[in-house]
Amino acid sequence: MSVKTPIYLDNHATTPCDPLVAEAMWPYLTEIFGNAASRNHSFGWQAQEAVEIAREQIADLIGADAKEIIFTSGATESNNLAIKGVAKFNHKKGKHIITVATEHKAIIDSCHALEGEGWEVTYLGVDSEGLIDLNELESSLRDDTVLVSVMLGNNEIGVIQPIAEIGKRCREHGVLFHCDAVQGLGRVPIDVAAMNVDLLSISAHKMYGPKGIGALYVRRGRPRVRLTPMVDGGGHERGMRSGTLAIHQIVGFGKAAELAKLDLTNGGIERVKRLRDRLWTGLQAELDEVFLNGSWEHRLPNNLNVSFAYVEGEAMMMAIKDIACSSGSACTSASLEPSYVLRALGVDVELAHTSIRFGIGRFTTEEEIDFALKLIVEKVKWLRSMSPLYEMYQEGIDLKSIQWTAH
Amino acid sequence: MAYSDKVIDHLENPRNVGSLDRDSSDVGTGMVGAPACGDVMKLQLKITDDGIIEDAKFKTFGCGSAIASSSLITTMVKGKSLDHALSISNADIAQELSLPPVKIHCSVLAEDAIKAAIADYRTKQED
Repeated sequence: MSVKTPIYLDNHATTPCDPLVAEAMWPYLTEIFGNAASRNHSFGWQAQEAVEIAREQIADLIGADAKEIIFTSGATESNNLAIKGVAKFNHKKGKHIITVATEHKAIIDSCHALEGEGWEVTYLGVDSEGLIDLNELESSLRDDTVLVSVMLGNNEIGVIQPIAEIGKRCREHGVLFHCDAVQGLGRVPIDVAAMNVDLLSISAHKMYGPKGIGALYVRRGRPRVRLTPMVDGGGHERGMRSGTLAIHQIVGFGKAAELAKLDLTNGGIERVKRLRDRLWTGLQAELDEVFLNGSWEHRLPNNLNVSFAYVEGEAMMMAIKDIACSSGSACTSASLEPSYVLRALGVDVELAHTSIRFGIGRFTTEEEIDFALKLIVEKVKWLRSMSPLYEMYQEGIDLKSIQWTAH
Repeated sequence: MAYSDKVIDHLENPRNVGSLDRDSSDVGTGMVGAPACGDVMKLQLKITDDGIIEDAKFKTFGCGSAIASSSLITTMVKGKSLDHALSISNADIAQELSLPPVKIHCSVLAEDAIKAAIADYRTKQED
């Protein structure tokens, strides 16, 4: 058995572009270079035709109409446009937004920006599994609430929020509902109609497409969602996002959406889930004191987030350098604070420092998982052999009883 | 985090990992840091009657530079007098390992560990 290292298990950060996607993009970097906004010659028509096919492919993946897809530079822009665009357009109706403490920074920071301009934001907490309380959501809705934003699958712990239930409640109260579906897209079925989602952020590079392209689904039917654009200019994309369309990126995004839909029906995602389960089962069998972060039941099929108690996350990642993954440890973050997502779940800060996130992908093999499992087990044992905390744990000392010298 | 080759070397081949008998009168134990902060260092020094550090062992929970700093100090203090060991500053450690600014606190912790271990030894001697 030979495995090529390093092994890529960081598919929440980004995914490799599928070769079929790259192949589809190629002609649009070379021969078909027209501007989709050029209405009077064949170069423009060809470009526009390619864009419309991609729009259909993407709409088909989420149960939308092609006209409801607005192309952006990526999900960060989509999230900014959804939050700020809806808030600003509806400022006369009210200035209250509801979101969740575990959302991606693109949502949290967009909300912070609005708070600085006079909006009020409610950040719903989550339980120890990472799930919101629907009753709390309902009681937080006010007459001046203009938007609720809840992500589908969490980028750190993979926890899936009850989107259809949230959508139902928002619709009943006449409040617009935005969902950041970046991590969930192509991994769990999404239907904006059935789920009553009014705006949905998606990104190509999280589902084997190219970087630099994303989209915002903006509902045209009842209710018709209107928003204030962030980028003014030529009035592209129904006036919501000006700028010449990046045809090759869009074509790649469309192809990626088509392949993602296949993944959901041809067993591709089931295979990813089996690999994820194989890794978790193996870790539990071989190691003591390992803890899953977030719900097991309501979880993206490709996500595993584990705290290896008594082993600091950054040292762990250095020790398993043949595996690319990420950590919620403070030492890996710019802020020197451990993961705010894990803290929102009430995970002990000690355990947050020891968390590692693995993201399985379409191109992960069983051999890679077995190699990773063996290496992780070996290195955790090795790092624990030099951990004073593991030594104390083995001696039966309660670490919480110690008077530590904070620094 | 881009680390220096020295940090990588100390992490991959840590020197003097282990424990000494904490109850022995010639062993000083220093435990500094906190699990909540993400690093805890335990440094143990075995000291001769004439005040020379005969052996040094460490165990550390922490990031790569925390482990490397602890490993390094065991090599710096071994065979040295207590006064010499006490003169080692965090700057010496940070410089030797070329620690980036964000990791300076690891070297501070290592310096504290030396001081704590020697203080523990001296307390034992007074008893």
